[in-house]
Amino acid sequence: MFYREAGDFKTSYREDSQTFPIKFDRLRYYAVLAVAFGVIPLFINDYWANAVFVPFLIYSIAAIGLNILVGFAGQVSLGTGGFMAVGAYAVYKLMTAFPEVSVFFHVLIAGGITAGVGVLFGLPSLRIKGFYLAVATLAAQFFLVWLFNKVPWFYNYSASGQINAPDRTIFGVFVTGAQTSATAKYMFCLVMLTIVAVIARNLTRGTVGRKWMAIRDMDIAAEIIGVNPLTTKITAFAVSSFFIGIAGALFFAVYLGAAEVGEAFGIQKSFLILFMVIIGGLGSIFGSFAGAAFLVLLPVLLKNVLVGTLGWPTDLAAHIELMIVGGLIVVFLIAEPHGLAQLWRLAKEKLRLWPFPH
Amino acid sequence: MKKTFAALAAATIAATAAPAMADLVVPNLSYRTGAYAANGIPYADGFNDYFTLLNERDGGIGGEKVVVPECETAYNTEKGVECYESTKGMGALVYNPLSTGITYQLIPKVSADGITLYTPGYGRTSAANGKVFEWVFNYPANYWDGASVAVKHLLEVNGGDLNGKKIALVYHNSAYGKEPIRTLTELSKKHGFTLVELPVDHPGQEQKSQWLQIRRDKPDYVLMWGWGVMNQVAIQEAVNIKYPMENFIGIWWSGSENDVGPAGDGANGYKTISFHGTGANFPINDDLKKYVLDAGKGSGAADQVGTVLYSRGMYAAMTISEAIRKAQEIAGTSAVNAAQVREGFENLNLTEERLTELGLPDFAQPIAASCADHGGPGSARIYQWDAGGKTWNSVSDWIVSDAEVLDPLVAEDSAAFAAEAGITERCN
Repeated sequence: MFYREAGDFKTSYREDSQTFPIKFDRLRYYAVLAVAFGVIPLFINDYWANAVFVPFLIYSIAAIGLNILVGFAGQVSLGTGGFMAVGAYAVYKLMTAFPEVSVFFHVLIAGGITAGVGVLFGLPSLRIKGFYLAVATLAAQFFLVWLFNKVPWFYNYSASGQINAPDRTIFGVFVTGAQTSATAKYMFCLVMLTIVAVIARNLTRGTVGRKWMAIRDMDIAAEIIGVNPLTTKITAFAVSSFFIGIAGALFFAVYLGAAEVGEAFGIQKSFLILFMVIIGGLGSIFGSFAGAAFLVLLPVLLKNVLVGTLGWPTDLAAHIELMIVGGLIVVFLIAEPHGLAQLWRLAKEKLRLWPFPH
Repeated sequence: MKKTFAALAAATIAATAAPAMADLVVPNLSYRTGAYAANGIPYADGFNDYFTLLNERDGGIGGEKVVVPECETAYNTEKGVECYESTKGMGALVYNPLSTGITYQLIPKVSADGITLYTPGYGRTSAANGKVFEWVFNYPANYWDGASVAVKHLLEVNGGDLNGKKIALVYHNSAYGKEPIRTLTELSKKHGFTLVELPVDHPGQEQKSQWLQIRRDKPDYVLMWGWGVMNQVAIQEAVNIKYPMENFIGIWWSGSENDVGPAGDGANGYKTISFHGTGANFPINDDLKKYVLDAGKGSGAADQVGTVLYSRGMYAAMTISEAIRKAQEIAGTSAVNAAQVREGFENLNLTEERLTELGLPDFAQPIAASCADHGGPGSARIYQWDAGGKTWNSVSDWIVSDAEVLDPLVAEDSAAFAAEAGITERCN
């Protein structure tokens, strides 16, 4: 009834090719933005920021980054944790070396450095595909973690190999370090996520994204119609690593505040983000959000329900939580192999026909 | 997505809006799952049981009941943050996360929030310098003390001379395992031994190559900074290559029954360092049995009593409760807040007599903390595993660490932190 194209007249090409062609969708999008920017910051406290929103926002950025590579360009990567580590160590070195520059730019430059590293490790993708590429990126994961553990320059020769985020401000407001307020943390990550999501959405709608998808669907056919595999695959690795680098930088500087590479950016992180992308839906920006929400928020929710409300012992709850999340992943993949994004798509289809399905 | 948020919001609000507690809140950030559970469980049980004993026998501390909300971290820093944030709101007085990684993360947070962080035998070593680390305490001993005590023990064994000896360090490749390297490097210069570093990556189930290297290099001694499943694997590997066990010394986190058990008789003679006694033969154990275990109020499966890590959990709980007692004495009220508890920690004077009074004679070394000294005496004993009797036997007296080497290192590292975090020294 409300959710339909009919009656929403487009009078220019610009309007015709906008991201949300349906008016209801557009309004919903603005409503989400308004709540995220206008309402949540007023009510957020330390617990909500550090346990719920900040990890969700940061994992969303990482999932969008990986989705570009795996979902849009079809290049399987298991090196996400390693690339996040590059972002984290890059931002750490920048923050300590150039304290006078705003941390906002440090995060962006850290993304840029990660993009460079990503391109380097993406080069093998020109010769190898599928599982073999996954193994090559796995090598990147282990190499990068080993590197940051081995070379003391990366952690400024500290005794323990830990990196600690110093206090830094944007417009006089602390965004990293212990004095950061919940609102500042949340807003910084939200702004970054919004920028990343808008860029990603528009890249995937345009020439670049179409080239990625052409390569993903059939690389030989794509090459015949004039898509250059070299530039296409390399841009996919660069853009993806740029976003993942930003996520890694925020993960260390804003969320954790201190990190050690093996624990924070190990192989589990690579798998976690790959699962977010797969469960959320390959090749969908919304899917990245949904997957991140599913894997970040559900464990916290379960923990609070089982331990907080039901009063179960913590170890039992932790084990049950693993089983429930694992079971749900299996159920989702069987019931809807295309992920949460497909459910969302189906819901929208149904909504279009409602209340008169034929 | 909004629906997920709404559902989540409702459930979490319901969960976190638990009744505000007026009692003394000491959260137990424990881990009973994951690769480190074998070590996390006895510690958490000892910690809980000691406070249960105080509640049941004495009605709490100074008449105030102690509430110990437990939160599972799985030794994972992200879950550690979540646990810290979720328990902070209950009015937590002191944190003891039993993880060096989580400690590093919490140091700036507790300093901003004004809550004490107590890290006995782990955490950031230079927190021993109270001039820089106002809110962090790590008495009675830290990793650098442990490294120094181990080397001093080896000096004793070798008649005071380690020249030309080769010592291998098998360590967990994390902040925790890397901590002693700086000290051992300094000590190797001082005493003329060679240090070989052998990192083991998390979780440490695969150590074949490290032990092959040990077999080839034949170091005179092996020191270990391991945790969780890594300990068991290392001891088993040492048995496999027939490394003489009495030359293999683990730090206090690498010397529990769970670590030597799987290697069976082969582990006989393995040594560990400890800053407290162990066993179930202290007078307090009668009370523990009467008020906690027999009453069915034991934490977990209640089968860990008397093990090394259970005793360590009890040690941590005992120190915290004594600090709270001291805080009550200073503040003149029993309902102390987090800032007053910090005062209690700073003025803690734990004497031999007091320990005997608590039913723990010869359990630990006396502590006299001060504004500058958050590190305690830094002494520990060497224990040796008797696989036949399944007991840890003390084979040395209390060995005090080498302050001449450690003090400059602590000063240097804490000064680096102070510069990084923009802290001006206190206590002057």
